[in-house]
Amino acid sequence: MASRDITYVEGPIKAFAIATMFWGVVGFLVGVVIASQLAWPLLNLDLEWTTFGRLRPVHTSAVIFAFGGNALLCTSLYIVQRTCRARLFGGDDMGWFLFWGYQFVIVTAALGYVLGVTQGKEYAEPEWYVDLWLTVVWVFYLIAFGGTLIRREEPHIYVANWFFLAFIITVAMLHIVNNLALPVGDGSGKSYGLAAGVQDAMIQWWYGHNAVGFFLTAGFLGMMYYFIPKQAERPVYSYRLSIVHFWALIFLYIWAGPHHLHYTALPDWAQTLGMVFSIMLWMPSWGGMINGVMTLSGAWDKLRTNPGLRFSVTAVGFYGMSTFEGPVMSIKAVNALSHYTDWTIGHVHSGAMGWVGFITFGALYWLFPVLWGKRSLYSERLVAWHFWIATLGIVLYITAMWVSGIMQGLMWRAYDEMGFLQYSFIETVAAMHPYYVIRFLGGVLYLSGALIMAYNLWKTVTAAPVLEPARVSPGAIAQAAE
Amino acid sequence: MPTKIEKDAITGTDTTGHEWDGLKELNTPLPTWWLYTFYACCVFALVWVVLYPAIPVQGWTGITGWTARGAINGEMETARARTEPMLARLRSATPEQIAANPELRAYAIAGGRAVFANNCAACHGAGGQGARGGYPSLADDEWIWGGDLGAIHRTITHGIRNHDSDEARVSMMPRFGVDGVLTRAQITDVAEQVLALGNRSTDAAMAARGAPLYAENCASCHGERGEGNTDVGAPNLSDRVWLHASDRAGIAAYIANPQMGVMPAFAQRLDPALVNMLAVYVHSLGGGR
Repeated sequence: MASRDITYVEGPIKAFAIATMFWGVVGFLVGVVIASQLAWPLLNLDLEWTTFGRLRPVHTSAVIFAFGGNALLCTSLYIVQRTCRARLFGGDDMGWFLFWGYQFVIVTAALGYVLGVTQGKEYAEPEWYVDLWLTVVWVFYLIAFGGTLIRREEPHIYVANWFFLAFIITVAMLHIVNNLALPVGDGSGKSYGLAAGVQDAMIQWWYGHNAVGFFLTAGFLGMMYYFIPKQAERPVYSYRLSIVHFWALIFLYIWAGPHHLHYTALPDWAQTLGMVFSIMLWMPSWGGMINGVMTLSGAWDKLRTNPGLRFSVTAVGFYGMSTFEGPVMSIKAVNALSHYTDWTIGHVHSGAMGWVGFITFGALYWLFPVLWGKRSLYSERLVAWHFWIATLGIVLYITAMWVSGIMQGLMWRAYDEMGFLQYSFIETVAAMHPYYVIRFLGGVLYLSGALIMAYNLWKTVTAAPVLEPARVSPGAIAQAAE
Repeated sequence: MPTKIEKDAITGTDTTGHEWDGLKELNTPLPTWWLYTFYACCVFALVWVVLYPAIPVQGWTGITGWTARGAINGEMETARARTEPMLARLRSATPEQIAANPELRAYAIAGGRAVFANNCAACHGAGGQGARGGYPSLADDEWIWGGDLGAIHRTITHGIRNHDSDEARVSMMPRFGVDGVLTRAQITDVAEQVLALGNRSTDAAMAARGAPLYAENCASCHGERGEGNTDVGAPNLSDRVWLHASDRAGIAAYIANPQMGVMPAFAQRLDPALVNMLAVYVHSLGGGR
């Protein structure tokens, strides 16, 4: 056993942790703004830069790529070093390049959205110049992560790292293929995609669905596989389940994209395959939930004493719920009702707020004291407040969207006894107004929780009691444990 | 690191013997219910793939022969078969005949409401209440191009000031300000006179200056007392119903540079039966003559 002391790269990881917190607040805030615009259209302010159409991608990208992306970079680089007992490949320079390179992507993308520069592809809105730069950053991310794996001192690769590696490689592939485009070259930043028509739509949703599958699922499962056993201080429930559900998830997810294009120009055969692959995906998705929840057997009492763990476990619950809801919505008969309605919005938000958000909050509450060498968080009471406020926010949000979405779908297809459509489109819009207000309130609660977290984490860094000097470095803790 | 399998005290399960940063894994077998549910989903998928189109081969639609196009055509066929007898009667009747027949009238109003919601409500409002900026209310008894069944039917059929139909209703109010027909002061005076037609003038001297200008430039279409003329689509100016603006400044701005409305010729978009239904429905909204 190596007894030499490994100095892990930590500066950039601290920066990623702060960026996660920062972009989280920004993303949730913009979400609240656009939710209020839907409830009260006057708030579009009649300025092109502040209209819903331009702010909506700012919200989605800020939450997925800025908040989620920084969380993934932060935790993956933290975890890979410790579970490999190897310093990050490329060292501090690599870490800082990834940090600043990635923040640059976020800022240039968001600037483009506000100024009206967009490819018009959902979750892939940035134009070619941002895409190219992201590709460079991402390749270095793969090199740093893969290089660390290769230099590992452990004989086996920990399960979290399988998920992170799958996420990094697949996102690279998705990003490159979906963004193949020819710039117009007139200085406008505009480009034209290589594919057209239904092929373009299929590539877009192959990308879009797997952005959910690999960015928001596989990557965050990697996070779950480290922080839940750490917080629960229990071994992972089942190694066998982890290996089977990993490969099943990776293999099946990539085919499920066509369920976003049910009842469109996409050929029937592709729609059928998209649906059946989504249904087969149910159990592989739940494998992660089982492993997360069952890891707590024998440690359930820790939920009382560790509010950070409460976030992680609730996250797994939301994960299980939305990975059941997804296959249900992919069934064509259900999709005929749910497609293009708010139900879809509710579905992604139970995943984004409940799963991605909560697992990240749990990780941040664990990481901040460790990274800054503190004995504990500034206030566990504030964590509990964050937990209950945010949970209430999610419940308001997703129930409002369920009701609104199903109502919307039913109104669209409602006929009177003579066979005529019962409602005009505008009547369905008017009927959704109260739910839009409830959704806005849910968002306000969720944002308030995140602000409480930001305050708590800030005070943890500046005011919480320091660990005794011998145990300051978490790297040293790992070494001391051996 | 040597593999060191331990027995977990709480669950009694062996670990795999690996350890990373203090993390270990139990070697718990796959949960049976999980595995069998997974198999069941795979079997469902296989069956579905045989039943429905799932292979990219030209002409192969699965053993059910189902196609999305076939399904929608079938549904449309069923709907058509159900509605066609009634539509045929509505097509061959005049709006007046429909309005006089209780059965046809009830059907036309129910269907006209749906057609209106999808074609007319965007401009005229969900209940035909109209909107500021030149979208007339269809629920009152003020009609620009006539409010009896025949006139309404003609307006819907051919539209107003469009390029679609040669029989579209057309009239043009001169741009009194933009084209320099009247001076700015004269236009303000005329606007005050227009207010006077509805007994709303607050400046008698101004209205008096505007009166001869009105008689000369406006009365030929809008009438001497502002009563309007549906033959040329000239709105009544003596009542309290206003299409664009009701104050002096707004009326003056309109006289200077009129923004006349356009409406498509719906006969080119809708089945004649639907146009008939629309006419009866609009006539029933409250103000039909």
